[in-house]
Amino acid sequence: MAETGRRRGLTAYLLMAPAVIVLALFFVIPFYSLVAASLYEPGGSDKNGWEVTYHFANYWDAVELYWRPLVRSLVYAGAATLICLVLGYVLAYAIAFKSGRWKSLLLVLVIAPFFTSFLVRTLSWQLILADDGWIVDTLQFLHVLGDDDRLLATNFAVVMGLAYNFLPFMVLPLFASIDKIDHRLIEASGDLYSNPVVGFFKVTWPLSLPGVVSGTLLTFIPAAGDYINAELLGNTETSVIGSVIQLQATDANHPHTAAALSMILMIGILAMVLFYIRKAGTEDLL
Amino acid sequence: MSSPAEAGAEPGDGLQVRALSKSYGDFHAVRSLDLDVPRGRFYALLGPSGCGKTTTLRMVAGLEAPTSGSILLAGQDITRTKAYRRPVNTVFQNYALFPHLDIYENVAFGLRRRKVGDVKKKVDEMLELVELGAQARKKPAQLSGGQQQRVALARALINEPEVLLLDEPLGALDLKLRRSMQIEIKRIQTEVGLTFIHVTHDQEEAMTMADTVAVMNSGVIEQQGSPAELYENPRSTFVANFLGQSNLIEGTVKTPAADVVTVDMHGIDVSIPADRAHTDGGKGWIGIRPEKVLIGDAGAELDAPGNTIPGGVVTDVSFIGVSTQYLVRMPWGQELQVFAQNTGRTKIHSVGDQVELSWRPEYAFLLDHAQDVHAGSQEEGA
Repeated sequence: MAETGRRRGLTAYLLMAPAVIVLALFFVIPFYSLVAASLYEPGGSDKNGWEVTYHFANYWDAVELYWRPLVRSLVYAGAATLICLVLGYVLAYAIAFKSGRWKSLLLVLVIAPFFTSFLVRTLSWQLILADDGWIVDTLQFLHVLGDDDRLLATNFAVVMGLAYNFLPFMVLPLFASIDKIDHRLIEASGDLYSNPVVGFFKVTWPLSLPGVVSGTLLTFIPAAGDYINAELLGNTETSVIGSVIQLQATDANHPHTAAALSMILMIGILAMVLFYIRKAGTEDLL
Repeated sequence: MSSPAEAGAEPGDGLQVRALSKSYGDFHAVRSLDLDVPRGRFYALLGPSGCGKTTTLRMVAGLEAPTSGSILLAGQDITRTKAYRRPVNTVFQNYALFPHLDIYENVAFGLRRRKVGDVKKKVDEMLELVELGAQARKKPAQLSGGQQQRVALARALINEPEVLLLDEPLGALDLKLRRSMQIEIKRIQTEVGLTFIHVTHDQEEAMTMADTVAVMNSGVIEQQGSPAELYENPRSTFVANFLGQSNLIEGTVKTPAADVVTVDMHGIDVSIPADRAHTDGGKGWIGIRPEKVLIGDAGAELDAPGNTIPGGVVTDVSFIGVSTQYLVRMPWGQELQVFAQNTGRTKIHSVGDQVELSWRPEYAFLLDHAQDVHAGSQEEGA
């Protein structure tokens, strides 16, 4: 008995080993070096070396200097997540309930953009939204846009770019949740005097909440750290925290600032996510 | 009350279905169905799977749009009324309880949508009726199948619908639980006095619970009436075979007289009361239930006024305690079923015994020869 028990224990450890090694190599070690870098003495340099002096003021200095791009990142990500949620819900609902035999094809189309590089797709939006592009021309012709108004290099372009790039991350979990909903429950709500709108809010929406929560998280978290959209579709006034971190870590050579900002972003998002999950009460679902 | 156009129909009470049809492309699920369910009745739609009974129910509930025909409920035409505006509630086959709501909120769902007052009192009363008061704050997944079934019933009943529809509500329960729920549902129906329409493929269930049974086959109602009426005097081979078992023997009508029809059954004259003869043609199927057939040794006195049919040989004997079931090969080659009550007054025959059969003429029935003699006999499911 004890013999087999020990062997079983050994098997479990062996099976877990690859995961533990990967996590140690790719998460724990980099994370440790990130925390260490955020506490470097700011006076260091590549030539003289960097020293961990537990200089917590790095955090405060970083916030004081860069709170604007930090807030901007969160606002952009929040707006993009909201847009993704509205568009993605309608899309996922239609694919799950109304697409019939086209379901698999439509799902493939949702992830089809992933076959092209993220960077290339974002760059191509530069052309689409360009000042002399057909969209701007048409909107100007229709007087939706003034003659000097533009789409590229605006807040709108950045949020739209984020929404475009992260939409599949919203649609897939939403689809998985909505597709699982037993259609007979919706019939039952109709049988019990709910018109389609009430039925949606009393049955479909609460049952799709797990998808809503994971979809919004999968969209919001990467969108908050993204800087490609702000760099390619925005202007100097739209710089986000990702750009700042990138600049500080490379050209400016302030690893302590870059690391402190990364930590702040990470802790901020983590706190928001925990609050959100508590609020949504998803642990209570099903 | 009723307009001249529907002078023949009952006054507007209960459910009336007229010439209701539903087709899916070339497939006709329901064909020109007529149905009258007076208020307060426990009505069963009985038939094999695919006979159109669930489709009929869904059309009454408003979950399916009829291809043609009309549905009247309490005197109002509801054919085109949306499901959520009909005073009709359904107990779904798989219960369809809302998994995110607790038992209390599941039961309160309909009341809250209609903004009915005094929700708490009504829900408490209803949970009491189905004996689930203690489970009010549990989620459906935490309940057993039988309890979920009762929640589904309570959730529909609490709205006091004009008609309560039950779609194979006991199908997912095991046999023992099913039997006790049948009695339970019947008790509740008597207590609340609402109209119930119960769809089932289980003939025993239909006969136990309903006061009127309609037997459905391929989209039409073959026959409706009280369980005893259907069983004792079936009008088609389908009903004869689907409700219990029947011996159907070929015969030729000799004298289609006013009160008693005489039929030649392989050389023996058999009489059948005219009101039990459901054929006009020269040939027919003589039907007799196995438990109505008397069996005795060759040459013995059988206590029946009808003719004795000699020349039988017992080919199979199954002793099942309360009765003995025989298969008897007749001179014309057909094997007939005979169920003999184990009263102890008659002897139990063995395989190979020479026997004679007989039955009282008033138990026999005569069916149309054009009908398939095996119709309805394969579907012995449940």
